[in-house]
Amino acid sequence: MKSDALWLRAQIMKAVRDFFWERGFLEVETPLLIPANAPEEHINPVITTSSWQLQTSPEICMKRLLSAGHRKLFQISRCWRSDERGSRHLSEFTMLEWYCADCDYHTLMADCEELLQHVARTCRPENPFFEHKSATINPFAPWQRITVQEAFARFGDCEVWECLRTGLYEEKLTAVIEPALAGFAAPVILLDYPAELAALARVKPENSNLAERFELYVGGLELANGFSELNDPLEQRRRFEEANAARSRAGQSVLPVPEPFLDTLGSMPDSAGIALGLDRLVMLTAGADSIDDVVAFTPEEL
Amino acid sequence: MLFQNTLCEDHMYTVADLKKGLKIILDGDPYLVVAFDFVKPGKGQALYRTKMRNMINGSLLDRTYRSGESFEPASLEERTMEFLYKEGDHYTFMDQQTYEQVVMEEETLGDAKNYLLENLKAEVMLFGEKAIGISLPNFVNLRVTATEQWAKGDTSGNDSKPATVETGYVLRVPPFIEEGELIVIDTRTGEYSTRVKG
Repeated sequence: MKSDALWLRAQIMKAVRDFFWERGFLEVETPLLIPANAPEEHINPVITTSSWQLQTSPEICMKRLLSAGHRKLFQISRCWRSDERGSRHLSEFTMLEWYCADCDYHTLMADCEELLQHVARTCRPENPFFEHKSATINPFAPWQRITVQEAFARFGDCEVWECLRTGLYEEKLTAVIEPALAGFAAPVILLDYPAELAALARVKPENSNLAERFELYVGGLELANGFSELNDPLEQRRRFEEANAARSRAGQSVLPVPEPFLDTLGSMPDSAGIALGLDRLVMLTAGADSIDDVVAFTPEEL
Repeated sequence: MLFQNTLCEDHMYTVADLKKGLKIILDGDPYLVVAFDFVKPGKGQALYRTKMRNMINGSLLDRTYRSGESFEPASLEERTMEFLYKEGDHYTFMDQQTYEQVVMEEETLGDAKNYLLENLKAEVMLFGEKAIGISLPNFVNLRVTATEQWAKGDTSGNDSKPATVETGYVLRVPPFIEEGELIVIDTRTGEYSTRVKG
């Protein structure tokens, strides 16, 4: 029932806010309408008639706040990504992001464990589990951490680099790896992504082919994407240009580069940040298989 | 022909048009999209996963598409036609308005062949010039041409018996149905529905 899901959604919002307030995070609101998002090869912003864009993520502004000296930040905000619509996607959706100075992606993984346990305990006290596609996932059971290379070798029977080279990465990930992760009774963290799949993340100090990036999967559903933040403005500019070059090759529009972000990135401390799909967290808590079931209105209903 | 050849290049579908119920042409055959999902791994390329049914032979196909791909719309037309006659495995129908005739093979007709009596009106699905499917009225009246006499006092407990109707179709009917009677058959289930009195 949709009204139940909306109640649950409100409870989750409150539980998430309480969680970060209790841990001393500052709740912020940054502008939704901005001149430029971080250009990415496969993310298309909604561009308004004034040529400004709706945010695809609050990332750019949140990191500028870190550069300005804030240490722990969180935000729950609407994000827009053009032409994304499916059983797990809405073009307009709700993102939870949090950032922390002097942290790395391991800190965020630990945050995720505590956050999901808190939400399960608070919003499903009788039955503190998540549900997805008839699977039950226990956030209190030991979480699995698997590197991307390991996951491709173990479940996909292939080399991740080979899949990337042949353009089969997404197919393999969604058709083979994610269904395999759905079989785990606890949440799973896929970590250490190929650097080319992490445009804003720091590479591992001991291996520049891998980025300090991870994805959280619950019941095979991709819930959050976090990483240690790149804070080298030259390298960041080079990656933005690379993303735009790839867009151009694919016949996609070249996107403006967020210059004020690059101007301040050099003063951002070593940090880590993460984006979690709040609608999907509601899906998992409600046991809903479609994102349509946890929002007040879908675009088709408007 | 009506609705035909009115679609040109700029009416191609793109991946953004994919949804349940869309009809497209693949390898020359019309396909109906029966399931669709948009899949996009974090920061990765979008995939458009479909399950499609071949509208000619009913076979199912899984296909995954990426941004930038396009599809030719399948232009299909349903027309009311009258069944004229059968010759071997071939069944001929005629459009009463245009007198245009189409031939359907027994295999394409499926169970519909059991109910085809001359002059029956049905909706014929046309893909270009080719008839690829038929939908019949939910109920048809057919005369029983052969069935055994119901023996009074039969205590075997059978509450039905086989009967053959004028198309040659054999079905179970209640024991009281006699040869020469007109019965109503539900074409969706192939079962006896009631008898036509008088």
